[in-house]
Amino acid sequence: MVITMYRLAILPILLMLGGCDYLLFDPKGPIAAEQMDLIILSFLVMMIVVVPVFFMTVWFPIKYRASNKDSEYKPNWEHSNLIEAVVWSVPLAIIIALGIITYKTSFSLDPRQALDSDKPTMRIQVVAMDWKWLFIYPEQEIATVNEFAMPVDTPVEFLITSDTVMNSFFVPQLGSMIYAMAGMENQLHLIASEEGSYRGLSANYSGFGFSGMKFKALAKSDAGFEAWVEQVKESGRALDREAYELLSEKTKDHPVEYYAQVNPLMFNRIIEKYTGAQNGQ
Amino acid sequence: MANKATIVTDPDPIFGKLTWDSIPYHDPIILTTFLVVVMVGVGVLGAVVYYGKLRYLWDEWLTSVDHKKIGIMYIIAAFIMLIRGFSDALLMRSQQALAVSESSGVGYLPPEHYDQIFTAHGVIMIFFVAMPLIVGLMNLVVPLQIGARDVAFPFLNSLSFWLFVVGAMLVNASLFVGEFAATGWLAYPPLSGLEYSPWVGVDYWLWALQISGIGTLLSGVNFFVTIIRMRAPGMTLMKMPVFTWTSLCANVLIILAFPILTVTITLLTLDRYLGTAFFTNDLGGNQMMYVNLIWAWGHPEVYILILPAFGIFSEVTATFSRKRLFGYTSLVWATACIMFLSFIVWLHHFFTMGAGASVNAFFGIATMIISIPTGVKIFNWLFTMYKGRVRFDSPMWWTASFLITFTIGGVTGVMLAIPAANFVLHNSLFLVAHFHNVIIGGALFGYFAGLTYWFPKATGFKLNETLGKWACALWTIGFFLAFMPLYVLGFMGMTRRLNYYDNPVWNDWLLVAGFGALIVLLAICVQFYQIFASIRDRKKNLDLTGDPWDARTLEWATSSPPPFYNFARTPQVLDRDQFQLMKDHDLAFKRPDSYERIHMPKNTWAGIVIAGFSGVMGFAFVWHIWWLVIASTLAMLVSFIVYNFQKDKDYYVEIDEIEALENEHFAKVAKAAESQDQDEYSVRQRGTPLSMPA
Repeated sequence: MVITMYRLAILPILLMLGGCDYLLFDPKGPIAAEQMDLIILSFLVMMIVVVPVFFMTVWFPIKYRASNKDSEYKPNWEHSNLIEAVVWSVPLAIIIALGIITYKTSFSLDPRQALDSDKPTMRIQVVAMDWKWLFIYPEQEIATVNEFAMPVDTPVEFLITSDTVMNSFFVPQLGSMIYAMAGMENQLHLIASEEGSYRGLSANYSGFGFSGMKFKALAKSDAGFEAWVEQVKESGRALDREAYELLSEKTKDHPVEYYAQVNPLMFNRIIEKYTGAQNGQ
Repeated sequence: MANKATIVTDPDPIFGKLTWDSIPYHDPIILTTFLVVVMVGVGVLGAVVYYGKLRYLWDEWLTSVDHKKIGIMYIIAAFIMLIRGFSDALLMRSQQALAVSESSGVGYLPPEHYDQIFTAHGVIMIFFVAMPLIVGLMNLVVPLQIGARDVAFPFLNSLSFWLFVVGAMLVNASLFVGEFAATGWLAYPPLSGLEYSPWVGVDYWLWALQISGIGTLLSGVNFFVTIIRMRAPGMTLMKMPVFTWTSLCANVLIILAFPILTVTITLLTLDRYLGTAFFTNDLGGNQMMYVNLIWAWGHPEVYILILPAFGIFSEVTATFSRKRLFGYTSLVWATACIMFLSFIVWLHHFFTMGAGASVNAFFGIATMIISIPTGVKIFNWLFTMYKGRVRFDSPMWWTASFLITFTIGGVTGVMLAIPAANFVLHNSLFLVAHFHNVIIGGALFGYFAGLTYWFPKATGFKLNETLGKWACALWTIGFFLAFMPLYVLGFMGMTRRLNYYDNPVWNDWLLVAGFGALIVLLAICVQFYQIFASIRDRKKNLDLTGDPWDARTLEWATSSPPPFYNFARTPQVLDRDQFQLMKDHDLAFKRPDSYERIHMPKNTWAGIVIAGFSGVMGFAFVWHIWWLVIASTLAMLVSFIVYNFQKDKDYYVEIDEIEALENEHFAKVAKAAESQDQDEYSVRQRGTPLSMPA
């Protein structure tokens, strides 16, 4: 209810920003939508103090310009308890308000937080490589490069690692990004609420092929997703050790690739390469 | 260029990794730059020799331990590096303006080159432009403001300066011999490790930052001791001018933060040179540790840059409002708060690493708390103007521009500090716009205000005011055109450091940003012309009294430029606006009854020589020329020992010499009093504020 009213209130801002070019203001999932609300809300709250500052920045120098001899002049006036109280307490109040919002949203929008849904959570494993993204579906036992699909309204748990330097997995219209680091597994929970093809990219510089580390995030109906899985399976190739070694070579602007078969433990193996088997459970 | 040719795995015993292929003579951009640099260098050196000034240059400047001369040299070096850093910015803007494409290879800069440029831009602008500007201003002003003769350790000051110069030279050398790091300005491993960056670029980064970082640390110690121990009698801590206060806080931050940088860089150096595994992907290395350590230095570093700028605005606002600074005490406490808080917010640079909700919430809220004392400062400056007599000289233009610009940067900073919002804004152009917003609109505008304000103190004449106002207007317009589009692009989902992109919508905004960068270019040209024109017309803008702005603090109580000993008699301080107090009670510009001999340090060759050998050592390390590493390290040690065994380090200035210099000053003051009847800043009006209310 509160959120609906808030969204109505900020509607003019959203209309002004004109939709689809502004990916952060054109969310396609609940996480991204809440993040949009948060950005706009924090901006509006701060205007409480910013607008008076702008006003005073223009008004004071004009009113008290040296040539205006009519204005009051108090060369030794340097303290006022009232002004001190106001300039400390108003920012303090704003920061208390924003602090509470920050605390709450840090938990509610924590990337590790599993999302409520009547559908079971799907799992996609993501590996950053030089310079492409590998997506492994351990349940479907398929893998793809630079493209992945997810059914709409289904919570997806992304498990993210890197087989190279640090990268950041980011689909702006779905929400949060998170770092991909070798030997470690990061988690990110997202839901797509609308069918479509969304831009994805690496948000952390990772070397000369970094700019080409973009991918498509496809949000599909359940049937559409099944069809996509079938399409991947029809490719016939397996992501075995040799194919993976080939894929590991440094490439720029890597094309989309499908692998019909993959060892569901491959993701763990990639992590264990760096940590040793005892840690990579 | 980071090509295969520069990856040498078996260094030659004589030349190390250095081969003919290390010199990028096949690259027209670099070759042209190299030729221009050589020609300018030869030209300048030739002119110095031709006019027989080599000896003067060495005796009076290069070996000087005078804090004012060292300050001027810092500022000159910063402006030279600004040309380099800003050229990098123009290259990036033009590449991104051209580079709309589905795949790489568009524009005129391949990623192998472009990625070095954005790395160099960040490193140069922070370490070799912003830092020397502020350290230069501190050198120039702090000892004068506290009534001291010099800094606590004059030789150390000279060494610090030359270590900084050596760091800058190493970065510049990387342009012509080998390549620079292509890792981003903070060189996150494992990308900066040997496995992913086997060429020498990162080694240049390591040694340039290590050497100049040690110089900065020594400066920090020097100024901390100077401010704590060498204040004029009567100047208690709460009577220090605000610029000295903010400098003190900045130097505390330097002392606490720079050792972290030194250690972090050392660990990465060990990884690259000895094959240790502190930050590698495997063998138990931990890249997250590096990111934490580098930002544990990096965040205080931001406040090292901005706090002294806050001090400058405080001095400028009070002077040009002809009024005492409003809320001095709360401003000092606000500064101290920021100093403390700046050490507990470093994690906000990587909320997206996955630390977890509680950790992120703590660092997010801690970050926001910083905006409270910062906001208080803004109000303090505003209420300093309130019921004042505000004069619109160019330092005040910079201040007004700062108040608007910096407030916007503060807003976007708080937005970024909310972890949940940061998850979509991090590493986007929104972030890039934010930190340029606070570093340009906050720190840099402050430095420009300070440079204009203290320029007559350093040189004896004012900068051209009209050109100064043009520069400020162009910088402001250019800044808004160059960086507001970047906020927009952040909302459009554009991330930083892209060599090309496939979204044509972004291109429009990048063109606007590119146009803004050209306006900034114009502003910088105006600034250089301003300096040239002011020197040319210096006779018109002479500061005869030493107090060209009718200012309030002690540095204006001596002549412009001050004599090398600063004050003939150490002043007794009664008030924080000591000089205003002196003027109010008709005590300013008065000849003392008698003079005493003054104890001063002698100039020394040791700073430039020791630092010079450290530069050779850095270069030898970069190229794995081991015999030269040993030779230059020994040379450093030997020259240090030789210097320490020198007995002839100080001398006394005799009373005759002091009297002659002081008489010259008072003659000028008398001349000013005769000639400046109509001038707004006339000496005759001193002591009684303009149109004092009844």
